[in-house]
Amino acid sequence: MQHEVVEKNLGLMIPLILIVISFGVLVEIVPLFFTKEVTEPVEGLEPLNALELEGRDIYIREGCTVCHTQMIRPFRAETERYGHYSVAGESVYEHPFLWGSKRTGPDLARVGGRYSDAWHRAHLYNPRDVVPESNMPAFPWLFTSKVDPSATAAKMEALRSVGVPYTDEDIAGAAEMVDGKYEIEAVVAYLQQLGTVISSNR
Amino acid sequence: MNSFWTGWISFIVLGSIFGCAWLLWATRKSQRFHTETEETMGHTFDGIEEYDNPMPKWWLWLFLLTIVFGLVYLALYPGLGSYKGYFGWTSTGQWEDEVAAAKAKYDPIYAELAATPIEELVQNDDALIMGKRLFLNNCAVCHGSAAHGAFGFPNLTDNDWLYGGSPDKIKETITNGRNAAMPAWESIVGVEGVKDLAHYVRSLSGQQNIDANKAEAGAALFQANCVACHGADGKGNHALGAPNLTDGIWLYGGTQQAVEMTLKAGRNGVMPSFKQTLGDERIHLVAAYVYSLSKEEKQ
Repeated sequence: MQHEVVEKNLGLMIPLILIVISFGVLVEIVPLFFTKEVTEPVEGLEPLNALELEGRDIYIREGCTVCHTQMIRPFRAETERYGHYSVAGESVYEHPFLWGSKRTGPDLARVGGRYSDAWHRAHLYNPRDVVPESNMPAFPWLFTSKVDPSATAAKMEALRSVGVPYTDEDIAGAAEMVDGKYEIEAVVAYLQQLGTVISSNR
Repeated sequence: MNSFWTGWISFIVLGSIFGCAWLLWATRKSQRFHTETEETMGHTFDGIEEYDNPMPKWWLWLFLLTIVFGLVYLALYPGLGSYKGYFGWTSTGQWEDEVAAAKAKYDPIYAELAATPIEELVQNDDALIMGKRLFLNNCAVCHGSAAHGAFGFPNLTDNDWLYGGSPDKIKETITNGRNAAMPAWESIVGVEGVKDLAHYVRSLSGQQNIDANKAEAGAALFQANCVACHGADGKGNHALGAPNLTDGIWLYGGTQQAVEMTLKAGRNGVMPSFKQTLGDERIHLVAAYVYSLSKEEKQ
């Protein structure tokens, strides 16, 4: 077949290009859909409760992933500082995952339980109150705005449809759990559970 | 990964590599033309034509080298499904090697330092430097890089302790964490009671602007409600983490307003446990550093 035939025939060139670029996906991604280490949750992993889920959405809304990763790589320098490296089974209920790609601030994959609730509140209200050299933005509005309980159940339904094992009771009690809660409470609840499923450090 | 997916990956990867090699061979022109020619591709765009010359040799060899590199790499490293490669390399295996090497190097040092009592360690500058580094990485976020603390997070250099400042107590605090339990009092003593108590509590450390009548009313409330933890003289109790109210050192502020806030809402400061994060040997070093900070004050 001559170049010319392909180059002058879009109906042929488009499928041929699609075949060529699909090789990477077919080799690197498709087999993972059928690999146990990737698709099965680690032991003890629970879906986020309603309050933590709302906290996660605020985490996404405020763009925390722009500066904070949630992915501890298997290097000693990282496991010394952050704890056990992240494994795929910890992320199976994450839609979308929040691994991030750039650390301006520290990794948060195992920040749960590291600091007290009071510290997180002080730090999010104004990071420089507790860490004078910090360049993280302040998030004071989290302390005055409340979580909207009307959409929580629908979010959990949506997550259930993609495989997060929420029970009917979880969804029925969702609105009640987050009603009247300030956004800061949701964010702190979310942060305090991060990475706590795997707790052994070394 | 089962044999189907191993076959799937191997087939596509090796097929792509050999496909590239075939494409390179099938479209080569160096056999047809040994030197540059005047022959053109035969198309013209706005008067611009293109010579039909072979690819430079060095370029062809780079392509071939890439193919050889790819095949050698796939033989040595994992890239074909469950085939582990000649070296048997994995990222977690590399991590385990790094950790094992570090353990072999540092464990004897830690073991020796951990066996030394903290009272002796504070004379050992190397141990204190290690303790300080651990402190900066793990503790400075709340207690500050100079350990001077912040609102709600205790100053560790002032020789005033909530849970005791002996080496054992410091270790216990770092290892297990602490949960302070100052209840909220407004529902028990009332709005006026909170104000009276705040006047009395402030008078304990000799503050000015005390309303004597309110302080007197507060004193009665204090004896009825607060002495169980803070003691009859207000000097606190290390066993309960109840602060000394007579020393003028305030974790949550010592103004009338701040003390009223503390009484009204309660305070529940939390020190997290560092047992998992640091392990016993490193906690020993951090404790030695923290102990040395207040030692300096004593001398």
